[in-house]
Amino acid sequence: MNRRLVGVCLMMASGVLGACRKKPTPVAPVPLTPSKAATTDDGAAGRAARERFVRDSLAKARADSLSRVASVDEAANLRAILEAPVLFEYDASEMTDAARSTLDAKLPVLRTNIALRIRISGHTDSRGSDEYNLALGLRRAAATRKYLSDRGIAAGRIDIVSFGEERPASSGEDDGAFTKNRRAEFEILGGGDALRVPPR
Amino acid sequence: MSILTRLSLSGIVARLLVLGAVSGAPALVAQPGVRLGLIYGEGGRRPGIYVLPIAGATGDSLRTIIMRDLDFGDRVTVLPKTTALPTPSGPAPIDYAAAARLGINGVVQLVAVSGGMSVMLYDVAARQVLQRRAIAVLGTPNSAAWRLATHGISDLCEEWISGERGIAASRLAYVADGRIWLIDSDGANPRPLTSATRALSPGFHPSGQSVVYAALEPAGSAIYVTDLNGASRRIVPPSGLNISPTFTPSGSAIAYAHGDDFGTELYRVAADGGAPQRISIGRGSDNTSPSFSPDGRRIAFTSGRSGRPDVYIADDDGTNADVLAALSPSAQVYRSSPDWSPDGRAIVFQSQLGGRFQVMLITLRDRVVKQLTTEASNEDPAWAPDARHIVVSSTRTGIRQLWVIDTETGRARQVTTAGNARLAAWSPRVIR
Repeated sequence: MNRRLVGVCLMMASGVLGACRKKPTPVAPVPLTPSKAATTDDGAAGRAARERFVRDSLAKARADSLSRVASVDEAANLRAILEAPVLFEYDASEMTDAARSTLDAKLPVLRTNIALRIRISGHTDSRGSDEYNLALGLRRAAATRKYLSDRGIAAGRIDIVSFGEERPASSGEDDGAFTKNRRAEFEILGGGDALRVPPR
Repeated sequence: MSILTRLSLSGIVARLLVLGAVSGAPALVAQPGVRLGLIYGEGGRRPGIYVLPIAGATGDSLRTIIMRDLDFGDRVTVLPKTTALPTPSGPAPIDYAAAARLGINGVVQLVAVSGGMSVMLYDVAARQVLQRRAIAVLGTPNSAAWRLATHGISDLCEEWISGERGIAASRLAYVADGRIWLIDSDGANPRPLTSATRALSPGFHPSGQSVVYAALEPAGSAIYVTDLNGASRRIVPPSGLNISPTFTPSGSAIAYAHGDDFGTELYRVAADGGAPQRISIGRGSDNTSPSFSPDGRRIAFTSGRSGRPDVYIADDDGTNADVLAALSPSAQVYRSSPDWSPDGRAIVFQSQLGGRFQVMLITLRDRVVKQLTTEASNEDPAWAPDARHIVVSSTRTGIRQLWVIDTETGRARQVTTAGNARLAAWSPRVIR
């Protein structure tokens, strides 16, 4: 089997599984008051845990079947994608088009490597008040986490912190430095060893 | 009566006087026939004050410190050391006629007594001693304790002359190189208060004996209180953002800003820790930098609730929040970092003009705004205990340094000379 054929097979498998995943999973409605069933058999909690286990194992199986362990060069590339900062406009925490595309590139890496935990730190340029800039930095970190969690990355895998204008990426006092300093940075906290390459 | 009240002996001064009395210093009560009063310059100008040469090995440095303190107080004109006041030929201790000709309204005389100095103030127009008191001056010359006691003499003289006690015997806390530092009000004796952390935003306890600050740690920021000897304890753990702390005027609680996914709000926590309570209702906006009115019932703070950072005042429970100053026509308003004056009458804050911060003062009675700085960038204003001077961080020398500004005359003097100094707080008077 040549390399191209493997790729086609993976793509097909990915398409099939992707289609399955899009079907709404039937979820039993949670009763507002404890039902008889919930108190007599092993309980709604037990059922939920079983369902979660099945779901998680399917996700793991899918990840295993479609991704592969990265080579040294590939792992460095994946880390670079994960750690690429996103930039913001002055006194703003909204995602620019460039920020969206930087974050979108991180999504498959985070989806494939479900053990990855990251910390997002929010930063500002030096122009605002030192104290208010700490709040603005946190707003940027929180907005960045929300962008990722809205796209399926569990918020629990992402810590946020703010350094305001206390850790500039560039020490200048010109527009070039200001632009570089209005950013969110990404740090791998755990699960960064043996990274897997996302499926194509 | 108010002058008499102010001159009543209390607190540290009373203790010092007991020391003085024990060591055989002159009597401390006003002498018979000596009036209690103020010295005025002619035509409303500042009174001219001359400090006589002081005998002894440390006399000249003592005289230099007192002259400089009186000058920094901005309430009197200090005549130079070279002023040729002749030695009196008759029985009077001062050549009053010559002093008057030289534009001297008051003469300060210090004489060493056992354990300290006897301080006298002569009223040139009345040709008599206006005030005298013995002050303990302990410690080796030029030590921190010796300098502090000397500043206390300056503050007492300023009170005798103008009716308002000086602020020389006070300290500033500020941030440089990620640490909290202390420095005497005249710029002497800078010393680090915390070890190397990312410390920010010091604020004095009303006793002047401890400082609250925020520390940026890898996983979040925390609030600490440290005694002036460096013993520190954590009040708020590093969960989310915890910044810009300030003691309430009673000293029993700390207000600070706590941030999470839903914005940054003001909270209050007991000074010894415990469960925080929310103060501000920012509905997802960012609210930082609280400062209380002296009665503790109102609070000024920075808020982004209208879209741009601006200064608001609210009741101490966060209700009835209003923009402090009328909105400027410019859409680029950025106003922040308020500090409420110790007399309750005014608030200083910073406002961005042409891309740089300048320090503004608003009087609360009529809401008139006065710009206090124009040169370079000026930030982080904090009031001195006299409700007249402020300290700011200014880039006018090229790097951020602390400067003291007289809000009445605009006169500025540099306090720090090293590092990148910012976010200053001013202690209460150390000797009251």
